[in-house]
Amino acid sequence: MKREQVVDLYFMEARAKLIDLAAFLDRVDRVPGTDDFRMAAFRHALQELPGGKPDRAKRVLLSLSDPTTEPLPAATTKAAAGAWPGAALPPIAN
Amino acid sequence: MRFIEPHGHMVSRTTDDYLAMAMAGCQAVCEPAFWAGFDRSSVDGFYDYFRQLTDYEPKRAAKFGLTHYCWLCLNPKEAEDVKLAEEVIGIIPKFLDRPSVLGIGEIGLNKNSRNELAVFEKHVDLAARHGQLILIHTPHLEDKLKGTRLIIDALKADGRVAPGRVIIDHVEEHTIQLVLEAGFWAGMTLYPESKCTAARAADMVEMYGSDRLWMNSACDWGVSVPLAVPRAALEMRLRGHSAKAVDALIYGNPARFLSQSKNFAEKL
Repeated sequence: MKREQVVDLYFMEARAKLIDLAAFLDRVDRVPGTDDFRMAAFRHALQELPGGKPDRAKRVLLSLSDPTTEPLPAATTKAAAGAWPGAALPPIAN
Repeated sequence: MRFIEPHGHMVSRTTDDYLAMAMAGCQAVCEPAFWAGFDRSSVDGFYDYFRQLTDYEPKRAAKFGLTHYCWLCLNPKEAEDVKLAEEVIGIIPKFLDRPSVLGIGEIGLNKNSRNELAVFEKHVDLAARHGQLILIHTPHLEDKLKGTRLIIDALKADGRVAPGRVIIDHVEEHTIQLVLEAGFWAGMTLYPESKCTAARAADMVEMYGSDRLWMNSACDWGVSVPLAVPRAALEMRLRGHSAKAVDALIYGNPARFLSQSKNFAEKL
């Protein structure tokens, strides 16, 4: 496919997702409170999008992943949160 | 269009889903053993579940012209109880000679705990001793990368495992290369929210090729779409993939992998 064809096929869908993402950040920032580990990880993952480097999807997924290699002593829950709670990420200005 | 649904938890779906899948061109559906949404209280619960998978569900699917196959195991979500897991692994051989059983799965990891890993290795041992194919579940979201690495390391450490007889499912952009480069098959699961969308699945086909790749809906009792595979096929056609290439991915590839089981009867 040529670039114009890719844009023809996906632009409106991506535009809608971009506005949804912006609205989500606005919604979070409108209410009082501070970011938990998920929002901290989310804002850091957004830093993978600008610029022309390839593999953005892969880099976003990696930034949200548990990077450790040792098995946990025990599973205390069955659920996943979407971001790794163990990351000590510096805050990013809203 | 014809396709094989290589990963669908049909006991959680309605007969309307079977009808829709058959009308969309589904030729066969393969059902890995799954978590029920709650922990079963004893091995007897699994015994009855395996009877449902090997006896009742094939009859229900046949009413819609679909061949139903299954995989057997204790799902990693229930693997923290090692004693129960050992009891369940102990009864699985009683079902391995049933005509619709394809292998051991979906085994793997959920939270990447030591007990989950120990139970995973016991399942791999069971598959190796009985010459069974293996279908592997990789963990969700932030746990997927670590779990995929642990799974690949464990499989490589067991010299009896032939990578071409193992499919590692639920790959995403950050794990697909690990799986394929280690020689395993990779499965892409098409979910509306987690795992991957049809567009991202088509991206991965274009970036990594489709030689050892399949797509599945993994439809179950959660948010999932039984027609996700034909929807992704349409996505690929809109992007210029030929009908032949799409057929090879959604029918030929699962048939090629699953034909390694003597019980799989679909023609290539």
